[in-house]
This record gives sequence, C-alpha cells and structure tokens, in this order.
Amino acid sequence: MSVIKPLSGAQAVAEAMRQINPDVVVAYPITPQTPVVEYFAQFVANGLVDTETIPVESEHSAMSATVGASAAGARAMCATSSQGLALMWEVVAAVPGLRLPIVMPIVNRALSAPINIHCDHSDTMGATTIGWIQIFSENAQEAYENMFLALRLAEHKDVLIPAMVMQDGFIISHGVENVKILDDDVVKKFVGERNPDRFLLDVKNPYTIGPLALPDYYFEIKRQQEEAMENAKKIYLEVGEDLSKLTGNKYPYFEEYRIEDAAAVIIVLASAAGTAKDAIDEMRVDGKKVGLLKPKLFRPFPYKEIRDAVKNIPVIGVLDRSISFGSYAPLYTEIRNSLFELENKPKLQSYIFGLGGKDIFKNDIKQIFEELLSGKVNPEEQKYIGLRG
Amino acid sequence: MATLQEIVSKQVPLAPGHRMCSGCSIPVIVNTIIAASDKPVIIANATGCLEVASTIYPFTAWKVPWVHLTFENAAAVAAGIETAYKAFKKRGKMKDDVNIIAFGGDGGTYDIGFQALSGALERGHKFLYVVYDNEGYMNTGNQRSGATPFGADTTTVPAGTMSIGKTQWRKNIVEICAAHRIPYAAQATAHNTLDLFNKAKKAFAADGPSFIAALQPCTTNWKYDTALTMAYSKLAVETNFWPLYEVENGKVHINYKPKERKPIEEFLKGQGRFRHLFKPENRHVIEEMQKMIDEEWERLLKLEESQVQI
Repeated sequence: MSVIKPLSGAQAVAEAMRQINPDVVVAYPITPQTPVVEYFAQFVANGLVDTETIPVESEHSAMSATVGASAAGARAMCATSSQGLALMWEVVAAVPGLRLPIVMPIVNRALSAPINIHCDHSDTMGATTIGWIQIFSENAQEAYENMFLALRLAEHKDVLIPAMVMQDGFIISHGVENVKILDDDVVKKFVGERNPDRFLLDVKNPYTIGPLALPDYYFEIKRQQEEAMENAKKIYLEVGEDLSKLTGNKYPYFEEYRIEDAAAVIIVLASAAGTAKDAIDEMRVDGKKVGLLKPKLFRPFPYKEIRDAVKNIPVIGVLDRSISFGSYAPLYTEIRNSLFELENKPKLQSYIFGLGGKDIFKNDIKQIFEELLSGKVNPEEQKYIGLRG
Repeated sequence: MATLQEIVSKQVPLAPGHRMCSGCSIPVIVNTIIAASDKPVIIANATGCLEVASTIYPFTAWKVPWVHLTFENAAAVAAGIETAYKAFKKRGKMKDDVNIIAFGGDGGTYDIGFQALSGALERGHKFLYVVYDNEGYMNTGNQRSGATPFGADTTTVPAGTMSIGKTQWRKNIVEICAAHRIPYAAQATAHNTLDLFNKAKKAFAADGPSFIAALQPCTTNWKYDTALTMAYSKLAVETNFWPLYEVENGKVHINYKPKERKPIEEFLKGQGRFRHLFKPENRHVIEEMQKMIDEEWERLLKLEESQVQI
C-alpha cells in the first residue's frame, strides 16, 4: 500500500534513495541540494538504511569517489546543484565513457556570476552534450518516481550510461507537496540489485577500466556511447511501463496537456509547466484553445515524437529557463530541430524566463498565450518574460 | 626463506610489455610495493606516466584490478573503492580481504591532486597512497611541479641568462601527509627495494591511511644515461637530498644515515636539468642547495631524536 506524505522535493528524492538503499552515497552540500544529502544522512544515522557514506571535501571528489565505488561494483550515488556540477564537470564528462550507471539527482540552480542560489536550468543545460541521460521533473512526485525510472534505465545492460534526475531549486526542492510513496518492498523489488558483468572488487577476474585510447579506438568507443543513448530512448518507455504498474502514472517522453485541438501551445520544462496548466485551465474556461507540451526526457531528446505531437499546432511558444549565449535557447533549439522535416511548420516564438529564480506567474503565461494566439511571432527573436524595464 | 628478488619477481602485477621509457624506475616501485601485499590489491591510478604507458587500449599491462579516472583524484577514487569494499563486506557480497593502493605522480599528488589526497587522509580511509616522485610533469616533457627541486631547469621555468630555474624548494609532502595524523607515512626510493618493500608492508598493516613518497629518477627528463637510474637513486640518498625515513604514528625514524654524506654536486652532475648550475656564475646556487639540504637533515635528526609528534 502506498502512503501519502507531505514532502519537499528534496525530501522526496532522499526518500527514494532511502528505498533504493544504495551501497554507497557520496555527499557534499550545496544549496539548494543540501537537504537531499542531509535527509539521507539522517536515514544513515538512524539505521533506516545500511548504505556506506563518504562525506567528501568537494564535488570534484564527490563524483570521483562515486566513480570509484561504482567501478568497484557498488550501486553508488551523489547529488549536486549548479557550481557543484560545474566543479565536478571534468569527472561528470568521464562517467559515460566508463559506462558506469550512476544516478545523480540534481537540484537546478543558476550558475555564477553573479552568484545566485535560486532556480534556473543553466547548470544542467551546460551538460547536455556529454552523454548523460537527463530527466526533468515537474514536481516532487515526479522527482521521486523518476529516481526509480532513471536507476533501472541507467543500469539496463543495453544502456549502461549515467542519468541525472532534475528538479527545480527551491520551487520544488523546498516546497512541500503531498507525495504518494510506494511501499519499501515494492521499490526494493523494482530496483533489484546492481549486477555488473565486470567490477574491481571481483579480484579473481582482474579488470582494467579507464585506459588511454588513442585515435585508433577513441572514436569507436564514443560511437558505442551514442548507441547506448539510442537504446536508452527505447528502454525508457519499457521501464516506464513497468513503473506504471506500480504507481499508476505514465512515463511518456513528454506530457501533452490539452493540446489535441489547441490553437497555441507552450513548451516548457519542469515546475513552470504546473503554472502553465493552471493558466490553460482558466483560459479554456474562457474558450481559448491553448495547451502545453512538457518534455520529461531531455537526453536522449525525442525529436520525432515531439514533431508528430505538434505538427498540426498553428503556433508554439517555447519557454527556456536558461540562455545559451550567442545562440538560440537550449529547449527552443531542440524544438526548432524537431520541426525541420515538416513542410508546413508551426509558427515559433522563443521566450526566456525565470533566470536566477525570477518568478513566472499565471498572468505571464496568459499574456504569452495571447501573444501566440495573435500570431505576432518571430522565430528569430528571443523575448524575455518579467525582465525589469 | 625466499629472497626479496624471488618474492618480487614471482608475481609481476605490472607485466612486461608496458611502454615505460628504457631505464624508468616506476615498474620497480610498483611491483615491489604490490609484492609486499599478502592480499589481492586494487589499484587507482592518476593520469600520468604509469597510467599512459601501462594501458593503451585495447591492451593492458595490469594483472590486478585497475582503474584510471582523471588526473587529480586518485585518492578520491580509492576512497570510493574502499567504501564500496566496506559496503560489500557489510552486506555479505564479498569475502576476500583486499589492499587498495592509489598511485600518482608528483603532479597528481603535490599539486593538482593535493585536495583529494588531503580529504581522503582526513577521512581515514584505509588505503595506501604512493607518489612516484620524478620531481616534475615528466609525462608531458619536464614542466615544473611542487616537487621540482630548487635550481632545476624545467620547460615552464627554464634556466637562462636571467634565471637559475626553479627558485623554491619542494613541498615536504611526507610531513604534510603525516600531519593529517595518519598512522604511517614514509619516504623511500627506487634502488633500495628492501626498504621500499618493508615500508609497503608497514603501510598495508597500518590501521588507516598510509602514504609513501618514492623518489623515481627519470632518465628522460632528468637527462642522464638510461643505465644510471639506480645510481642516481642511490646518490639522492647518500647526499641526503632524499633521506630514507618513516613517520609511524607521528614519530620520525630515519631508516638510513650515510656514514659520510656526499656533496650535492655528486647527485647534480651528469643530470641535464642541473647542467647550468655548474657555470661559474651559478656556483652560489649549488652552495645554497647544499646549505638547505644540510639544514633539513639536521632538522630531521632533531625530529627523530626528540620523538616530537609531527
């Protein structure tokens, strides 16, 4: 029997980690990820898990020790945000090439400078090209369930690449919601044990991991990683179906909200999708045909599926919570790419919002919809929501 | 009883066929240390000569479990392995006992890997960290490190008409590690394999982190004849440039005291990196170096005599 508990997003992810009961958890605090490792440390201190923890001296060592434990054969995790992800970036980039299925919860936070502890997606958007699976969560419930999905996906023998499970800093990580928590036994059965083919602690079968590869092999190894990504896209849905049997929820690549007949659609990641849904419900009452598409799986990106889902939508606004300086915004770029094959493309507009934790309100969303419905859009212009005049 | 040579050559975990330079002393250090372990070993290797020359994909020279991640984190990787080992033991997933060893060069230890090393020592992971110390970034062609000695010519701080080369003495890495209150830290070198073997034995027996700095003369970038590696290793000790000592639970013990310490010129001459010091205008550099070495030796003797805790 599942139970409903009032939990913050950080608590929900820590709760998922408690139920997974990894062999090793490596902890280094960074706002707003800190409560994740603090709650988990409480579970350890009170014997609710028998995980071995390493309270390291930096994020660089956090990911390094996680890799050491994972290469040794353990199910190992760490968590981070923003500057922490930036500091560990060198090691983060090495993990996919080592084919270690590490799952890392990320609490999204703006990158310095200026220093800012609040939410945007500039941290993980900087890590979209290095071979990690990336799953965005709208709320604490999704963050909780995505942990199990990510774990089974990453550890699948045809995947074996690491995964980030994102939630919005403070908005989700520190906001308390009712979260439906599965039974411990149900989770235990779902996640099973990690059973790597080769691992360092298997001392009778010596194994070299992390060798130098020169131009004769490096390229081939990278090509194999891309195959793993392709597999991950397929297996994401399979694992999602299994998880669905336990939770009753669905795990598509993206959520479609009232888009069947929509005259205008907003595409946005994570917590802002919740705000958009409220705005849509209110506008629908007024007879405005508006809808939402919320990508959940960001890497690998479901280009074809999104194209098929929005091909008949007249106009689309893409809302990005980060800037890709000097180019189109990250999510907007992907949506533009998705539409390339269409002869009759939807009209597109790019919006930047919420950097450094600036709130986005229902009325902002409504104004965006009105603009989209007016048809006055320019696919080459980047607009800014809520910027000081 | 088997001789040391028999013990070390019985199992060569770092197999022949690796691509280390002719005359390189790293394999001697690695094989001697691993031979001292009576348990299976697991190796975490920092980026550097040893890593690059032992594992060019799809080949490996390693007959023991081995991992390389990046440059500055061998100690953190070893900490992860050690923690996974504890978890596996606790959960009944593993019966064998193991010794975990991290190998790094001096760049990966004194410089870029220093934070990860300090953190791992402070947390008390049971592992042995070994720096094979060739006194510079030798894998990439002789750049200055925190281990490079005073007066040495490197490509990043070259000797020239306005430069004597490096103007600072090296960090005292052994005492720095010992100051973490670890049970065992030692300074060893390549030619004295019995001393190195015994130190590795003590390191594995220690109840906590242990550290060995092994001087590793580098034929390629110290620039001397490849046949002279062990001769230079020995001269480093005979001149007190690199004393053999250990710090057990904070207390210093000097393992070898030269009957008559040789002048530092004996060690410097014939090495290309010190050639400029023999010009008349640089004579004062050698004198200054001699003074520093003698003062350091006196300080070490006092530490041993007083048994003051480091």
